[in-house]
Amino acid sequence: MGIMKNSEENIIHAKGLSKAFGDVQAVDQIDFTVKKQSCFGFLGPNGAGKTTTIRMISCFLEPSDGVLEVLGKNVKESPRYIKERIGICPQEDNLDPDLTVENNLRVFARYFDIVGKEANLRSEELLHFMGLFSKRKATIEELSGGMKRRLIIARSLLNRPKLLVLDEPTTGLDPQSRHQIWEKLQQLKNEGTTILLTTHYMEEAARLCDQLVIMDQGKIVVEGEPKALIEQHIGSSIVEIESDQEDVEIYLKAHGLEFERNPTHFFIYGRAIMSLWPEISQKFGEKFCVLRMATLEDVFLKLTGRALRES
Amino acid sequence: MKTILKNISWRSWRVWQRNFDVYKATWKVNFIPPLLEPLLYLLAFGFGFGNLIQNVTYEGQAVTYLKFLAPGLVASAIMNHGFFETTYASFVRMYFQKTYDAILSTPLMLEDVILGEIIWGATKALLAGSFMLVIACLWGLISWTAALMMLPIAFLAGMAFSGMGMCFTAVVKNIEMFNFPVFLLITPMFLFSSVFFPIESLPRWTQYVAQAMPLTFLVSVLRALVMGHFYQPHIIQIVGLLAIAVICTFLSIFLMKKKLLK
Ligand SMILES: Nc1ncnc2c1ncn2[C@@H]1O[C@H](COP(=O)(O)OP(=O)(O)O)[C@@H](O)[C@H]1O
Ligand SMILES: [Mg+2]
Repeated sequence: MGIMKNSEENIIHAKGLSKAFGDVQAVDQIDFTVKKQSCFGFLGPNGAGKTTTIRMISCFLEPSDGVLEVLGKNVKESPRYIKERIGICPQEDNLDPDLTVENNLRVFARYFDIVGKEANLRSEELLHFMGLFSKRKATIEELSGGMKRRLIIARSLLNRPKLLVLDEPTTGLDPQSRHQIWEKLQQLKNEGTTILLTTHYMEEAARLCDQLVIMDQGKIVVEGEPKALIEQHIGSSIVEIESDQEDVEIYLKAHGLEFERNPTHFFIYGRAIMSLWPEISQKFGEKFCVLRMATLEDVFLKLTGRALRES
Repeated sequence: MKTILKNISWRSWRVWQRNFDVYKATWKVNFIPPLLEPLLYLLAFGFGFGNLIQNVTYEGQAVTYLKFLAPGLVASAIMNHGFFETTYASFVRMYFQKTYDAILSTPLMLEDVILGEIIWGATKALLAGSFMLVIACLWGLISWTAALMMLPIAFLAGMAFSGMGMCFTAVVKNIEMFNFPVFLLITPMFLFSSVFFPIESLPRWTQYVAQAMPLTFLVSVLRALVMGHFYQPHIIQIVGLLAIAVICTFLSIFLMKKKLLK
Protein backbone atom coordinates (compact mmCIF):
# COMPACT_ATOMS: atom_id res chain seq x y z
CA MET A 1 0.00 0.00 0.00
CA GLY A 2 3.01 2.27 -0.03
CA ILE A 3 2.01 4.05 -3.22
CA MET A 4 1.21 7.29 -1.44
CA LYS A 5 3.90 9.88 -1.32
CA ASN A 6 4.57 11.37 2.10
CA SER A 7 2.72 8.46 3.69
CA GLU A 8 4.77 9.30 6.80
CA GLU A 9 2.85 12.55 7.00
CA ASN A 10 -0.54 10.88 6.66
CA ILE A 11 -1.88 9.60 9.96
CA ILE A 12 -5.12 8.43 8.38
CA HIS A 13 -5.81 7.72 4.76
CA ALA A 14 -9.25 6.62 3.57
CA LYS A 15 -10.29 5.90 0.02
CA GLY A 16 -13.76 4.73 -1.03
CA LEU A 17 -14.36 3.84 2.62
CA SER A 18 -17.82 2.31 3.13
CA LYS A 19 -19.80 0.54 5.80
CA ALA A 20 -23.20 -1.06 5.35
CA PHE A 21 -25.40 -2.50 8.10
CA GLY A 22 -27.76 -4.68 6.13
CA ASP A 23 -29.63 -2.25 3.90
CA VAL A 24 -28.41 0.85 5.70
CA GLN A 25 -25.40 2.42 4.00
CA ALA A 26 -24.00 4.15 7.10
CA VAL A 27 -20.80 5.31 5.40
CA ASP A 28 -20.81 5.62 1.64
CA GLN A 29 -17.58 5.88 -0.36
CA ILE A 30 -15.75 8.56 1.58
CA ASP A 31 -12.20 9.79 0.92
CA PHE A 32 -10.16 11.80 3.36
CA THR A 33 -6.63 12.22 4.65
CA VAL A 34 -5.57 13.34 8.09
CA LYS A 35 -2.13 14.94 8.22
CA LYS A 36 0.32 14.56 11.03
CA GLN A 37 -0.02 17.07 13.89
CA SER A 38 -3.25 18.52 12.59
CA CYS A 39 -6.75 18.58 14.03
CA PHE A 40 -9.35 17.09 11.73
CA GLY A 41 -13.07 17.47 12.33
CA PHE A 42 -16.12 15.43 11.31
CA LEU A 43 -19.32 17.45 11.35
CA GLY A 44 -22.75 16.24 10.45
CA PRO A 45 -26.30 15.77 11.70
CA ASN A 46 -27.30 12.71 13.73
CA GLY A 47 -27.04 9.54 11.71
CA ALA A 48 -24.58 11.05 9.22
CA GLY A 49 -22.12 8.20 9.81
CA LYS A 50 -19.53 9.94 12.01
CA THR A 51 -19.48 7.35 14.77
CA THR A 52 -19.37 4.52 12.26
CA THR A 53 -16.35 6.12 10.61
CA ILE A 54 -14.67 6.51 13.99
CA ARG A 55 -15.42 2.91 14.89
CA MET A 56 -13.72 1.78 11.70
CA ILE A 57 -10.68 3.93 12.46
CA SER A 58 -10.53 2.43 15.96
CA CYS A 59 -10.63 -1.09 14.45
CA PHE A 60 -14.01 -1.87 16.06
CA LEU A 61 -15.80 -2.43 12.81
CA GLU A 62 -14.31 -3.74 9.59
CA PRO A 63 -14.98 -1.57 6.55
CA SER A 64 -17.32 -3.32 4.12
CA ASP A 65 -15.53 -1.65 1.23
CA GLY A 66 -12.62 0.64 0.43
CA VAL A 67 -9.20 1.23 1.92
CA LEU A 68 -8.52 2.57 5.40
CA GLU A 69 -5.00 3.04 6.67
CA VAL A 70 -4.18 4.34 10.11
CA LEU A 71 -0.55 5.13 10.99
CA GLY A 72 0.39 3.60 7.67
CA LYS A 73 -1.23 0.21 8.44
CA ASN A 74 -4.36 -1.35 7.06
CA VAL A 75 -7.07 -1.61 9.72
CA LYS A 76 -8.02 -5.11 8.58
CA GLU A 77 -4.49 -6.44 8.81
CA SER A 78 -2.98 -4.70 11.82
CA PRO A 79 -5.67 -3.82 14.36
CA ARG A 80 -3.46 -4.56 17.35
CA TYR A 81 -0.62 -2.39 16.03
CA ILE A 82 -3.02 0.50 15.48
CA LYS A 83 -4.92 0.16 18.75
CA GLU A 84 -1.69 0.12 20.69
CA ARG A 85 -0.78 3.54 19.30
CA ILE A 86 -4.01 5.51 19.25
CA GLY A 87 -6.26 6.94 21.97
CA ILE A 88 -10.02 6.66 21.74
CA CYS A 89 -12.72 8.68 23.52
CA PRO A 90 -16.03 7.04 22.70
CA GLN A 91 -19.33 8.85 22.38
CA GLU A 92 -20.83 6.83 25.25
CA ASP A 93 -19.25 6.81 28.68
CA ASN A 94 -17.62 3.43 29.25
CA LEU A 95 -15.62 4.07 32.39
CA ASP A 96 -15.42 1.08 34.69
CA PRO A 97 -17.99 1.64 37.47
CA ASP A 98 -16.47 -1.21 39.49
CA LEU A 99 -13.21 0.72 39.93
CA THR A 100 -12.18 4.04 41.48
CA VAL A 101 -10.96 6.94 39.36
CA GLU A 102 -7.26 6.10 39.77
CA ASN A 103 -7.86 2.39 39.33
CA ASN A 104 -9.72 3.07 36.12
CA LEU A 105 -6.48 4.52 34.81
CA ARG A 106 -4.20 1.86 36.29
CA VAL A 107 -6.26 -1.05 35.00
CA PHE A 108 -6.54 0.59 31.59
CA ALA A 109 -2.79 1.23 31.47
CA ARG A 110 -2.24 -2.46 32.13
CA TYR A 111 -4.05 -3.35 28.91
CA PHE A 112 -1.21 -1.46 27.20
CA ASP A 113 1.37 -3.32 29.29
CA ILE A 114 2.07 -0.20 31.29
CA VAL A 115 2.36 -1.60 34.82
CA GLY A 116 3.75 -0.93 38.28
CA LYS A 117 5.50 2.31 39.00
CA GLU A 118 5.23 3.54 35.43
CA ALA A 119 1.47 3.08 35.48
CA ASN A 120 1.16 4.98 38.76
CA LEU A 121 3.32 7.84 37.52
CA ARG A 122 1.51 8.12 34.23
CA SER A 123 -1.91 7.99 35.91
CA GLU A 124 -0.95 10.65 38.43
CA GLU A 125 0.48 12.88 35.71
CA LEU A 126 -2.72 12.63 33.69
CA LEU A 127 -4.96 13.19 36.72
CA HIS A 128 -3.07 16.42 37.32
CA PHE A 129 -3.23 17.37 33.65
CA MET A 130 -7.00 16.89 33.51
CA GLY A 131 -7.58 18.49 36.91
CA LEU A 132 -8.87 15.33 38.56
CA PHE A 133 -6.16 14.60 41.10
CA SER A 134 -8.32 15.51 44.08
CA LYS A 135 -10.92 13.02 42.83
CA ARG A 136 -8.52 10.11 42.46
CA LYS A 137 -10.14 8.03 45.23
CA ALA A 138 -13.70 8.77 44.09
CA THR A 139 -15.98 6.24 42.45
CA ILE A 140 -17.21 6.90 38.93
CA GLU A 141 -20.73 7.53 40.21
CA GLU A 142 -19.48 10.48 42.23
CA LEU A 143 -18.16 12.31 39.16
CA SER A 144 -20.05 14.97 37.24
CA GLY A 145 -20.56 14.65 33.50
CA GLY A 146 -17.64 16.98 32.78
CA MET A 147 -15.33 15.07 35.12
CA LYS A 148 -16.25 11.77 33.49
CA ARG A 149 -15.40 13.22 30.09
CA ARG A 150 -12.07 14.48 31.38
CA LEU A 151 -11.32 11.10 32.91
CA ILE A 152 -12.08 9.39 29.60
CA ILE A 153 -9.69 11.80 27.88
CA ALA A 154 -7.06 11.13 30.54
CA ARG A 155 -7.57 7.41 29.98
CA SER A 156 -7.15 7.77 26.23
CA LEU A 157 -3.79 9.49 26.76
CA LEU A 158 -2.23 6.75 28.90
CA ASN A 159 -0.40 5.16 25.98
CA ARG A 160 0.91 8.53 24.68
CA PRO A 161 -1.11 8.14 21.48
CA LYS A 162 0.13 9.38 18.13
CA LEU A 163 -3.48 9.92 17.18
CA LEU A 164 -6.29 10.94 19.50
CA VAL A 165 -9.81 10.15 18.31
CA LEU A 166 -12.72 11.85 20.08
CA ASP A 167 -16.38 11.17 19.34
CA GLU A 168 -18.44 14.17 20.50
CA PRO A 169 -16.12 15.01 23.39
CA THR A 170 -18.22 17.89 24.72
CA THR A 171 -21.81 16.91 23.97
CA GLY A 172 -24.06 17.48 26.96
CA LEU A 173 -21.51 19.45 28.98
CA ASP A 174 -21.95 22.85 30.60
CA PRO A 175 -20.02 25.78 29.07
CA GLN A 176 -17.32 25.70 31.77
CA SER A 177 -16.56 22.04 31.22
CA ARG A 178 -16.62 22.51 27.48
CA HIS A 179 -14.11 25.33 27.57
CA GLN A 180 -11.91 23.35 29.92
CA ILE A 181 -11.84 20.46 27.47
CA TRP A 182 -11.12 22.77 24.53
CA GLU A 183 -8.21 24.19 26.45
CA LYS A 184 -6.77 20.73 27.06
CA LEU A 185 -7.24 19.66 23.47
CA GLN A 186 -5.56 22.85 22.29
CA GLN A 187 -2.65 22.08 24.61
CA LEU A 188 -2.35 18.54 23.24
CA LYS A 189 -2.49 19.86 19.72
CA ASN A 190 0.29 22.34 20.46
CA GLU A 191 2.37 19.47 21.83
CA GLY A 192 2.04 17.73 18.48
CA THR A 193 -0.73 15.16 18.99
CA THR A 194 -2.80 14.54 15.88
CA ILE A 195 -6.48 14.86 16.74
CA LEU A 196 -9.60 13.66 14.99
CA LEU A 197 -12.93 14.67 16.46
CA THR A 198 -16.62 14.69 15.71
CA THR A 199 -18.85 17.39 17.06
CA HIS A 200 -22.19 19.12 16.85
CA TYR A 201 -20.74 22.38 18.05
CA MET A 202 -19.62 24.51 15.17
CA GLU A 203 -17.76 26.80 17.52
CA GLU A 204 -15.76 23.81 18.68
CA ALA A 205 -14.88 22.84 15.13
CA ALA A 206 -14.04 26.41 14.11
CA ARG A 207 -11.81 26.83 17.15
CA LEU A 208 -9.91 23.53 17.07
CA CYS A 209 -9.93 22.13 13.56
CA ASP A 210 -7.40 22.89 10.86
CA GLN A 211 -9.38 20.88 8.38
CA LEU A 212 -12.90 19.50 8.50
CA VAL A 213 -15.49 17.61 6.54
CA ILE A 214 -19.24 17.89 6.73
CA MET A 215 -20.97 14.53 6.38
CA ASP A 216 -24.57 13.82 5.59
CA GLN A 217 -26.24 10.48 4.95
CA GLY A 218 -22.94 8.63 4.83
CA LYS A 219 -21.31 10.95 2.32
CA ILE A 220 -18.86 13.81 2.62
CA VAL A 221 -20.68 16.95 1.48
CA VAL A 222 -17.76 19.32 1.69
CA GLU A 223 -14.18 19.49 2.92
CA GLY A 224 -11.92 22.39 3.76
CA GLU A 225 -10.51 24.79 6.33
CA PRO A 226 -13.20 26.34 8.55
CA LYS A 227 -12.53 29.95 7.52
CA ALA A 228 -12.26 29.13 3.84
CA LEU A 229 -15.51 27.15 3.97
CA ILE A 230 -17.40 30.07 5.47
CA GLU A 231 -15.95 32.47 2.94
CA GLN A 232 -16.69 30.12 0.07
CA HIS A 233 -20.25 29.13 0.94
CA ILE A 234 -21.66 32.12 2.82
CA GLY A 235 -19.33 35.07 2.50
CA SER A 236 -18.26 37.08 5.49
CA SER A 237 -21.72 38.14 6.69
CA ILE A 238 -25.29 36.98 6.78
CA VAL A 239 -28.57 38.81 7.16
CA GLU A 240 -31.55 37.35 9.01
CA ILE A 241 -35.02 38.79 8.55
CA GLU A 242 -37.75 37.75 10.94
CA SER A 243 -40.72 37.53 8.63
CA ASP A 244 -43.06 35.13 6.89
CA GLN A 245 -44.25 37.61 4.27
CA GLU A 246 -44.18 36.89 0.56
CA ASP A 247 -43.06 40.43 -0.25
CA VAL A 248 -39.69 39.70 1.36
CA GLU A 249 -39.21 36.76 -0.96
CA ILE A 250 -40.24 38.82 -3.95
CA TYR A 251 -37.79 41.56 -2.96
CA LEU A 252 -34.90 39.13 -2.48
CA LYS A 253 -35.57 37.42 -5.77
CA ALA A 254 -35.80 40.73 -7.55
CA HIS A 255 -32.33 41.63 -6.27
CA GLY A 256 -30.95 38.24 -7.25
CA LEU A 257 -29.92 37.43 -3.67
CA GLU A 258 -29.14 33.93 -2.49
CA PHE A 259 -31.36 33.06 0.48
CA GLU A 260 -33.07 30.33 2.44
CA ARG A 261 -36.34 30.56 4.24
CA ASN A 262 -38.04 28.70 7.05
CA PRO A 263 -41.49 29.40 8.53
CA THR A 264 -40.24 32.33 10.62
CA HIS A 265 -37.04 33.63 9.07
CA PHE A 266 -35.18 34.46 5.88
CA PHE A 267 -31.41 33.89 5.73
CA ILE A 268 -29.60 35.88 3.08
CA TYR A 269 -26.06 35.18 1.92
CA GLY A 270 -23.63 36.55 -0.57
CA ARG A 271 -21.29 39.48 -1.03
CA ALA A 272 -24.01 41.86 -2.19
CA ILE A 273 -25.76 42.01 1.17
CA MET A 274 -23.32 44.51 2.68
CA SER A 275 -24.34 47.18 0.21
CA LEU A 276 -28.03 46.31 0.41
CA TRP A 277 -28.14 46.15 4.21
CA PRO A 278 -29.22 49.77 4.85
CA GLU A 279 -32.05 49.39 2.39
CA ILE A 280 -33.15 46.01 3.78
CA SER A 281 -33.23 47.15 7.39
CA GLN A 282 -35.13 50.28 6.35
CA LYS A 283 -37.64 48.36 4.32
CA PHE A 284 -38.42 45.47 6.64
CA GLY A 285 -37.88 47.19 9.97
CA GLU A 286 -34.68 47.45 12.04
CA LYS A 287 -36.30 45.42 14.78
CA PHE A 288 -36.74 42.44 12.48
CA CYS A 289 -33.41 42.50 10.65
CA VAL A 290 -30.00 41.36 11.85
CA LEU A 291 -26.65 41.62 10.13
CA ARG A 292 -24.02 39.40 11.65
CA MET A 293 -20.77 37.56 10.93
CA ALA A 294 -21.22 34.32 9.08
CA THR A 295 -20.26 31.22 11.06
CA LEU A 296 -19.59 27.62 10.35
CA GLU A 297 -23.09 26.87 11.58
CA ASP A 298 -24.48 28.77 8.61
CA VAL A 299 -22.41 26.65 6.25
CA PHE A 300 -23.57 23.53 8.04
CA LEU A 301 -27.24 24.44 7.88
CA LYS A 302 -26.98 25.55 4.29
CA LEU A 303 -25.36 22.30 3.18
CA THR A 304 -27.25 19.80 5.31
CA GLY A 305 -30.59 21.59 5.27
CA ARG A 306 -32.64 22.95 8.13
CA ALA A 307 -35.00 20.00 8.45
CA LEU A 308 -34.91 17.99 11.65
CA ARG A 309 -33.04 14.68 11.62
CA GLU A 310 -34.90 11.97 13.40
CA SER A 311 -32.29 9.24 13.69
CA MET B 1 -11.53 -20.18 13.11
CA LYS B 2 -8.11 -19.23 11.78
CA THR B 3 -8.49 -15.59 12.80
CA ILE B 4 -9.78 -16.66 16.21
CA LEU B 5 -6.63 -18.72 16.75
CA LYS B 6 -4.46 -15.88 15.47
CA ASN B 7 -6.08 -13.32 17.73
CA ILE B 8 -6.10 -15.32 20.96
CA SER B 9 -3.17 -14.24 23.08
CA TRP B 10 -1.70 -14.08 26.57
CA ARG B 11 -3.35 -10.66 26.84
CA SER B 12 -6.50 -12.48 28.02
CA TRP B 13 -4.64 -12.42 31.31
CA ARG B 14 -5.23 -8.66 31.50
CA VAL B 15 -8.99 -9.25 31.48
CA TRP B 16 -8.61 -11.83 34.23
CA GLN B 17 -6.58 -9.31 36.23
CA ARG B 18 -9.26 -6.66 35.82
CA ASN B 19 -11.91 -8.98 37.19
CA PHE B 20 -9.65 -10.14 39.99
CA ASP B 21 -8.97 -6.51 41.00
CA VAL B 22 -12.70 -5.89 41.27
CA TYR B 23 -13.14 -9.14 43.20
CA LYS B 24 -10.43 -8.15 45.68
CA ALA B 25 -11.94 -4.72 46.20
CA THR B 26 -15.24 -6.30 47.22
CA TRP B 27 -13.87 -9.49 48.74
CA LYS B 28 -16.17 -9.53 51.77
CA VAL B 29 -19.26 -9.65 49.61
CA ASN B 30 -17.61 -12.18 47.34
CA PHE B 31 -16.38 -14.47 50.08
CA ILE B 32 -19.30 -14.92 52.38
CA PRO B 33 -22.04 -16.36 50.15
CA PRO B 34 -19.95 -19.16 48.61
CA LEU B 35 -18.70 -20.03 52.10
CA LEU B 36 -22.19 -20.11 53.61
CA GLU B 37 -23.73 -22.02 50.75
CA PRO B 38 -21.98 -25.36 51.46
CA LEU B 39 -22.73 -25.04 55.16
CA LEU B 40 -26.43 -24.56 54.46
CA TYR B 41 -26.54 -27.53 52.10
CA LEU B 42 -24.72 -29.80 54.48
CA LEU B 43 -26.91 -28.76 57.39
CA ALA B 44 -30.12 -29.25 55.43
CA PHE B 45 -29.13 -32.55 53.90
CA GLY B 46 -26.93 -33.84 56.70
CA PHE B 47 -29.34 -33.30 59.57
CA GLY B 48 -32.60 -32.89 57.77
CA PHE B 49 -32.81 -35.09 54.73
CA GLY B 50 -29.87 -37.35 55.62
CA ASN B 51 -31.67 -38.74 58.66
CA LEU B 52 -34.32 -40.27 56.39
CA ILE B 53 -31.75 -42.16 54.38
CA GLN B 54 -29.11 -44.20 56.10
CA ASN B 55 -26.84 -45.52 53.37
CA VAL B 56 -26.47 -45.34 49.61
CA THR B 57 -24.94 -48.06 47.48
CA TYR B 58 -22.02 -46.89 45.36
CA GLU B 59 -20.10 -49.41 43.22
CA GLY B 60 -21.58 -52.23 45.29
CA GLN B 61 -20.52 -50.73 48.57
CA ALA B 62 -22.57 -48.94 51.20
CA VAL B 63 -21.63 -45.32 51.95
CA THR B 64 -23.29 -42.75 54.19
CA TYR B 65 -25.57 -40.34 52.40
CA LEU B 66 -23.48 -37.29 53.29
CA LYS B 67 -20.34 -38.90 51.90
CA PHE B 68 -22.26 -39.69 48.72
CA LEU B 69 -23.65 -36.17 48.55
CA ALA B 70 -20.48 -34.14 49.27
CA PRO B 71 -18.76 -34.50 45.84
CA GLY B 72 -22.11 -33.79 44.16
CA LEU B 73 -22.41 -30.52 46.03
CA VAL B 74 -18.85 -29.58 45.09
CA ALA B 75 -19.70 -30.29 41.46
CA SER B 76 -22.91 -28.25 41.45
CA ALA B 77 -21.11 -25.32 43.11
CA ILE B 78 -18.59 -25.43 40.26
CA MET B 79 -21.35 -25.51 37.67
CA ASN B 80 -23.42 -22.73 39.20
CA HIS B 81 -20.61 -20.31 39.79
CA GLY B 82 -18.95 -20.96 36.44
CA PHE B 83 -22.20 -20.57 34.55
CA PHE B 84 -23.48 -17.56 36.45
CA GLU B 85 -20.25 -15.63 36.09
CA THR B 86 -20.24 -15.72 32.28
CA THR B 87 -23.98 -15.21 31.94
CA TYR B 88 -25.39 -12.63 34.38
CA ALA B 89 -22.07 -11.09 35.46
CA SER B 90 -20.53 -10.98 31.98
CA PHE B 91 -23.74 -9.64 30.49
CA VAL B 92 -23.74 -6.77 32.97
CA ARG B 93 -20.14 -5.97 32.10
CA MET B 94 -20.72 -6.20 28.38
CA TYR B 95 -24.15 -4.64 28.05
CA PHE B 96 -24.67 -2.22 30.93
CA GLN B 97 -21.13 -1.23 31.87
CA LYS B 98 -19.65 -1.29 28.33
CA THR B 99 -16.51 -2.77 29.80
CA TYR B 100 -15.86 -4.79 26.65
CA ASP B 101 -16.09 -1.67 24.49
CA ALA B 102 -13.54 0.04 26.69
CA ILE B 103 -11.16 -2.92 26.60
CA LEU B 104 -11.50 -3.20 22.84
CA SER B 105 -10.02 0.27 22.43
CA THR B 106 -6.72 -1.11 23.74
CA PRO B 107 -4.43 -3.67 22.06
CA LEU B 108 -6.75 -6.43 23.23
CA MET B 109 -8.94 -8.18 20.68
CA LEU B 110 -12.43 -9.56 21.30
CA GLU B 111 -10.89 -13.04 21.38
CA ASP B 112 -8.74 -12.01 24.34
CA VAL B 113 -11.70 -10.50 26.15
CA ILE B 114 -13.92 -13.57 25.81
CA LEU B 115 -11.18 -16.04 26.68
CA GLY B 116 -10.22 -13.89 29.68
CA GLU B 117 -13.83 -13.82 30.84
CA ILE B 118 -14.17 -17.60 30.52
CA ILE B 119 -10.94 -18.20 32.43
CA TRP B 120 -12.20 -15.81 35.07
CA GLY B 121 -15.50 -17.72 35.25
CA ALA B 122 -13.51 -20.94 35.69
CA THR B 123 -11.57 -19.25 38.47
CA LYS B 124 -14.78 -18.29 40.26
CA ALA B 125 -15.96 -21.89 39.82
CA LEU B 126 -12.69 -23.18 41.24
CA LEU B 127 -13.00 -20.84 44.22
CA ALA B 128 -16.60 -21.90 44.93
CA GLY B 129 -15.65 -25.56 44.58
CA SER B 130 -12.71 -25.03 46.92
CA PHE B 131 -14.86 -23.47 49.64
CA MET B 132 -17.16 -26.43 49.41
CA LEU B 133 -14.20 -28.80 49.53
CA VAL B 134 -12.70 -27.16 52.60
CA ILE B 135 -15.97 -27.51 54.50
CA ALA B 136 -16.39 -31.10 53.34
CA CYS B 137 -12.82 -31.93 54.40
CA LEU B 138 -13.29 -30.33 57.81
CA TRP B 139 -16.54 -32.28 58.14
CA GLY B 140 -14.54 -35.43 57.43
CA LEU B 141 -16.47 -36.26 54.25
CA ILE B 142 -13.59 -35.90 51.79
CA SER B 143 -9.89 -36.53 52.39
CA TRP B 144 -7.47 -33.64 51.87
CA THR B 145 -5.55 -35.66 49.24
CA ALA B 146 -8.71 -36.33 47.22
CA ALA B 147 -9.62 -32.65 47.53
CA LEU B 148 -6.24 -31.63 46.16
CA MET B 149 -6.64 -33.95 43.16
CA MET B 150 -10.04 -32.43 42.47
CA LEU B 151 -8.73 -28.90 42.00
CA PRO B 152 -7.50 -29.22 38.40
CA ILE B 153 -10.72 -31.05 37.50
CA ALA B 154 -12.70 -28.26 39.12
CA PHE B 155 -10.93 -25.67 36.98
CA LEU B 156 -11.40 -27.69 33.80
CA ALA B 157 -15.12 -28.15 34.53
CA GLY B 158 -15.27 -24.45 35.35
CA MET B 159 -13.98 -23.73 31.83
CA ALA B 160 -16.68 -26.00 30.38
CA PHE B 161 -19.57 -24.39 32.29
CA SER B 162 -18.24 -20.86 31.82
CA GLY B 163 -17.82 -21.54 28.12
CA MET B 164 -21.42 -22.75 27.93
CA GLY B 165 -22.57 -19.63 29.74
CA MET B 166 -20.67 -17.36 27.37
CA CYS B 167 -22.38 -18.97 24.37
CA PHE B 168 -25.74 -17.90 25.80
CA THR B 169 -24.44 -14.42 26.59
CA ALA B 170 -23.50 -14.07 22.93
CA VAL B 171 -27.07 -14.79 21.79
CA VAL B 172 -29.52 -13.43 24.39
CA LYS B 173 -31.18 -10.09 23.71
CA ASN B 174 -31.75 -9.14 27.34
CA ILE B 175 -30.78 -10.36 30.76
CA GLU B 176 -34.17 -11.98 31.50
CA MET B 177 -33.57 -14.45 28.69
CA PHE B 178 -31.01 -16.24 30.84
CA ASN B 179 -34.00 -17.79 32.62
CA PHE B 180 -34.27 -20.21 29.69
CA PRO B 181 -30.88 -21.90 30.00
CA VAL B 182 -31.17 -21.81 33.78
CA PHE B 183 -34.50 -23.61 33.87
CA LEU B 184 -33.94 -25.83 30.86
CA LEU B 185 -30.31 -26.74 31.45
CA ILE B 186 -28.86 -25.84 34.82
CA THR B 187 -31.80 -26.84 37.03
CA PRO B 188 -32.34 -30.23 35.31
CA MET B 189 -28.63 -30.95 35.58
CA PHE B 190 -28.66 -30.02 39.25
CA LEU B 191 -31.58 -32.38 39.86
CA PHE B 192 -30.73 -35.34 37.64
CA SER B 193 -26.93 -35.55 37.41
CA SER B 194 -26.63 -37.90 40.38
CA VAL B 195 -25.84 -35.08 42.78
CA PHE B 196 -28.57 -36.31 45.16
CA PHE B 197 -29.16 -39.93 44.10
CA PRO B 198 -27.56 -42.57 41.88
CA ILE B 199 -28.63 -42.31 38.25
CA GLU B 200 -29.66 -45.97 38.34
CA SER B 201 -32.71 -45.04 40.41
CA LEU B 202 -34.16 -43.13 37.43
CA PRO B 203 -36.43 -44.65 34.74
CA ARG B 204 -34.31 -46.13 31.96
CA TRP B 205 -34.80 -43.48 29.24
CA THR B 206 -34.11 -40.70 31.73
CA GLN B 207 -30.89 -42.46 32.60
CA TYR B 208 -29.63 -42.04 29.03
CA VAL B 209 -30.34 -38.32 29.12
CA ALA B 210 -28.76 -37.97 32.54
CA GLN B 211 -25.65 -39.86 31.43
CA ALA B 212 -25.05 -37.29 28.70
CA MET B 213 -25.18 -34.27 31.01
CA PRO B 214 -21.90 -32.44 31.55
CA LEU B 215 -22.62 -32.20 35.27
CA THR B 216 -22.94 -35.99 35.39
CA PHE B 217 -19.38 -36.27 34.04
CA LEU B 218 -18.11 -33.99 36.76
CA VAL B 219 -20.03 -35.58 39.64
CA SER B 220 -18.93 -39.01 38.51
CA VAL B 221 -15.24 -38.04 38.33
CA LEU B 222 -15.27 -36.24 41.68
CA ARG B 223 -17.13 -39.06 43.41
CA ALA B 224 -14.68 -41.59 41.99
CA LEU B 225 -11.82 -39.60 43.50
CA VAL B 226 -13.55 -39.42 46.88
CA MET B 227 -14.30 -43.13 46.94
CA GLY B 228 -10.98 -44.17 45.44
CA HIS B 229 -12.68 -45.96 42.55
CA PHE B 230 -11.11 -44.11 39.63
CA TYR B 231 -11.35 -46.12 36.38
CA GLN B 232 -11.04 -45.66 32.62
CA PRO B 233 -14.60 -44.36 32.06
CA HIS B 234 -13.73 -41.45 34.31
CA ILE B 235 -10.85 -40.51 32.03
CA ILE B 236 -13.29 -40.45 29.14
CA GLN B 237 -15.55 -38.16 31.18
CA ILE B 238 -12.62 -35.83 31.82
CA VAL B 239 -11.90 -35.75 28.10
CA GLY B 240 -15.59 -35.00 27.60
CA LEU B 241 -15.35 -31.97 29.88
CA LEU B 242 -12.22 -30.84 28.05
CA ALA B 243 -14.00 -31.13 24.71
CA ILE B 244 -16.96 -29.10 25.98
CA ALA B 245 -14.59 -26.44 27.30
CA VAL B 246 -12.71 -26.12 24.00
CA ILE B 247 -15.78 -26.23 21.78
CA CYS B 248 -17.78 -23.76 23.87
CA THR B 249 -14.85 -21.34 24.08
CA PHE B 250 -14.47 -21.26 20.31
CA LEU B 251 -18.19 -21.19 19.68
CA SER B 252 -18.77 -18.33 22.10
CA ILE B 253 -15.98 -16.27 20.52
CA PHE B 254 -17.42 -16.94 17.10
CA LEU B 255 -20.94 -15.95 18.19
CA MET B 256 -19.70 -12.91 20.07
CA LYS B 257 -17.79 -11.64 17.03
CA LYS B 258 -20.95 -11.96 15.01
CA LYS B 259 -22.93 -10.08 17.63
CA LEU B 260 -20.54 -7.22 18.37
CA LEU B 261 -18.46 -6.69 15.25
CA LYS B 262 -20.85 -7.36 12.41
N1 LIG C 1 -24.63 -1.39 14.65
C1 LIG C 1 -25.48 -0.84 13.77
N2 LIG C 1 -26.43 -1.58 13.18
C2 LIG C 1 -27.29 -1.04 12.29
N3 LIG C 1 -27.28 0.25 11.92
C3 LIG C 1 -26.38 1.06 12.49
C4 LIG C 1 -25.43 0.57 13.43
N4 LIG C 1 -24.63 1.60 13.82
C5 LIG C 1 -25.07 2.68 13.15
N5 LIG C 1 -26.12 2.37 12.35
C6 LIG C 1 -26.82 3.29 11.42
O1 LIG C 1 -25.85 3.92 10.63
C7 LIG C 1 -26.16 5.29 10.44
C8 LIG C 1 -25.00 6.16 10.91
O2 LIG C 1 -24.92 6.12 12.32
P1 LIG C 1 -23.76 6.81 13.14
O3 LIG C 1 -22.46 6.47 12.53
O4 LIG C 1 -23.94 6.44 14.57
O5 LIG C 1 -24.09 8.35 12.91
P2 LIG C 1 -23.58 9.64 13.69
O6 LIG C 1 -22.51 9.24 14.65
O7 LIG C 1 -23.10 10.55 12.63
O8 LIG C 1 -24.78 10.21 14.40
C9 LIG C 1 -27.46 5.55 11.18
O9 LIG C 1 -28.50 5.45 10.25
C10 LIG C 1 -27.54 4.41 12.17
O10 LIG C 1 -28.86 4.09 12.46
MG1 LIG D 1 -22.36 9.52 16.69
